[in-house]
Amino acid sequence: MSDHIVWIVLFPLLGSVVCALSGAISKKICYPTSILSMVLSVWASVQTLLQAIESPVHEISYILGGWSLDLFPRGVGIEFRADLLGALITLVVTGVGLIVALYSKVPVQRETPGKEPMYYALFLLQIAGLAGIALTGDAFNLYVLIEVAALTGYGLIALGTNRAAAATFNYIILGTIGASLYLLGVGYLYLKTGTLNMVGIQEAIEAQALHNSPAVQVAFVLVLIGILIKMAFFPLHAWLPNAYCHAPTTTSCLLAPLVTKVMIYVLIRMVLSVFGVEFSFESNLWTEIMPWLVVVAIVCAAVMALAQREIKKMLAYLIVAEVGYMVGGVWIYNYYGLIGSIFHIISDACMTLCLFLGAGIILEKCRTTHFDGLRGLFAKMPLTMIGFFVGGFSIIGLPPTCGFFSKWYLITGGMVSERWEYMVTLMFSTMVMVVLFFRLIERVHLAVDESGKNLGKGHGDLGLSSEQTRFDEAPLSMLIPLLIAASIVLIVGVYNQEVVDQIEVFLRAYDLPTGVTYK
Amino acid sequence: MFEDGSILNQLLVERLNYFIYVVLLLIGLWAMIAKNNLIKKLIGMSIFQTAIILFYVSIGVKKGATIPIYLPEHDPHGSNLVTDSNSTELTAHGPQVLEASLVSGYTNPLPHVLMLTAIVVGVATLGLALSVCLRIYRGYGTAEEDELLEKLEREDARNTGGLTRRRPRSRRPNRNKATNNQSKRSASFESSKSQSPKNKNRRPSNSKPKVGSSRGSEPTENNKPKPRRRPRKLSARKPGENKS
Repeated sequence: MSDHIVWIVLFPLLGSVVCALSGAISKKICYPTSILSMVLSVWASVQTLLQAIESPVHEISYILGGWSLDLFPRGVGIEFRADLLGALITLVVTGVGLIVALYSKVPVQRETPGKEPMYYALFLLQIAGLAGIALTGDAFNLYVLIEVAALTGYGLIALGTNRAAAATFNYIILGTIGASLYLLGVGYLYLKTGTLNMVGIQEAIEAQALHNSPAVQVAFVLVLIGILIKMAFFPLHAWLPNAYCHAPTTTSCLLAPLVTKVMIYVLIRMVLSVFGVEFSFESNLWTEIMPWLVVVAIVCAAVMALAQREIKKMLAYLIVAEVGYMVGGVWIYNYYGLIGSIFHIISDACMTLCLFLGAGIILEKCRTTHFDGLRGLFAKMPLTMIGFFVGGFSIIGLPPTCGFFSKWYLITGGMVSERWEYMVTLMFSTMVMVVLFFRLIERVHLAVDESGKNLGKGHGDLGLSSEQTRFDEAPLSMLIPLLIAASIVLIVGVYNQEVVDQIEVFLRAYDLPTGVTYK
Repeated sequence: MFEDGSILNQLLVERLNYFIYVVLLLIGLWAMIAKNNLIKKLIGMSIFQTAIILFYVSIGVKKGATIPIYLPEHDPHGSNLVTDSNSTELTAHGPQVLEASLVSGYTNPLPHVLMLTAIVVGVATLGLALSVCLRIYRGYGTAEEDELLEKLEREDARNTGGLTRRRPRSRRPNRNKATNNQSKRSASFESSKSQSPKNKNRRPSNSKPKVGSSRGSEPTENNKPKPRRRPRKLSARKPGENKS
């Protein structure tokens, strides 16, 4: 049974067809169908990950349509390939999908009444697209899957209010530019190498010594800019905050943890597996420019997050800052930076999920996510706020959470490469996040007026009315996913070595500086 | 002027297709960024995608080659059937790899096939974008970006300002915030804002391609209220009112 890898994508795909068709008969089966297909998909991705760990080359390959490698040369037929990195990211995608599917019951009914079948169909297609991006071994197939994920994402966002539709338009324009530039880059690669298979492109670049070919360099720039637009890297991030902030709750919970992270996976895949380490880092100027762009990106995004007065918008800018972390981890070009970057993809998906689930519950119960609506919320919804702040502490990087360990590797990488500007920026951004979340904690625990003055008298009197302190927790279908997400943040943090071991096995295949040889 | 090796010869004769594709690409990009009307932006998006299709089709061109279907003399099936006693079922009936010398007579089908997929993706994107445009028009009564931005700005300021108790104190920072967001959006918005006075003068004569034509003239659009937005916002204010 080596075809688990295909079922990861097929289960959500079939589920979405069932949802779309069954809507005519009964809308009630959409929610169970989506959960069922997500459970099966998670099971398939766990199997794939285990197989990849056990296999001697740490890689599972499956060629669609029976174009087997025995009869035809590589590059005939589309290949699905899961190495350890791909399998890990796939598991993250399907896992987040399952948790959000569980969570979706109440908000979807409230925010898009009557459209549940279409909503769940798009939801499952989105996961199929994202999981496909993480699995595919074909550069053009990657473009198609990026567009599948993007188109369903536009649909999911635009299903919300009219304001969301207006934000979607911006996203469509920028997203199309990004994907089209990527497609153009793939065209130039195909022109020079004659294949679309990622391994084939890499082999051709090595064999024909295309490192100085202008066409390949143009391809690199086009692909890079296309992906940077798609991942909302700072100057190109304009589509993200409004789209995620006005989207329906479930949509932002699904898209925020996954879309940008999967695009960073694509960046790592392109840089390491397609263009190759030597081409990407040593034979062009990007290695000098990118860390400084990252510095600007992180600082600007952090400051903008600080200026927000609404939780969802603040979180959206946090995502932009986190994208800066991960891109920086890749471009400081060493072993630890890449470990940090890959591990941060995983941990950032978990903690962003946690935060957005929490923000969704706050929106559901209080009908607002503005800071002024949070007064004394801890007394009202203690479990929700604990879950939310576990995510927040992970973003800050407090030790037992996974955010600490990924940031640790990133900072180590910066130190090994002697990229002090990157290290300082990470520290600065950590300070900003401390301010962001402790400001929230103050508002949630105490009654604070607009000027920040505490209205409580102390000694247990927080200045809250009895109505505000009454226990009024969110529905269980929303609360349980949040608590699962929060515990995943902690579990991934505690067992970080197991995850990092797999990442190290993956990275050992590439010739990356570790710093030890130079010092 | 067009002798071998000159830059004009390279651009306009040898690589005319590529020259045209770059021009189209830039036209599309400019329209997407600089045009004020949402539909015109989408037309730009279509031009942008079509330019890339032209590029792919150009790299698949080969002079003097035929379509990639076996010529009778190369066909491994039929009259030229290879009867190899050792061959398995699959290799006897499946596609056969031709010798390298014969391959040069055929064009490469792959770029064209890829573009079929890209056309489908482009159509889907355009359809989705048009439906989003329609929703924007129904919700805000305009398909012009500068007017839309004004309305969005007002709506955002209202949403964030609605919760605080002491109006005059809390409002000022919120309004600042909304304008900050404005400037943070893509360059397209800023450039379109700077254009706005010119466009306003021009608009009455400038009939809008799709949405505008069905809706009649300017004043009706401005008077049109935002229908669906209201009830949600009222409910959004409730907790704030209870508190005060």
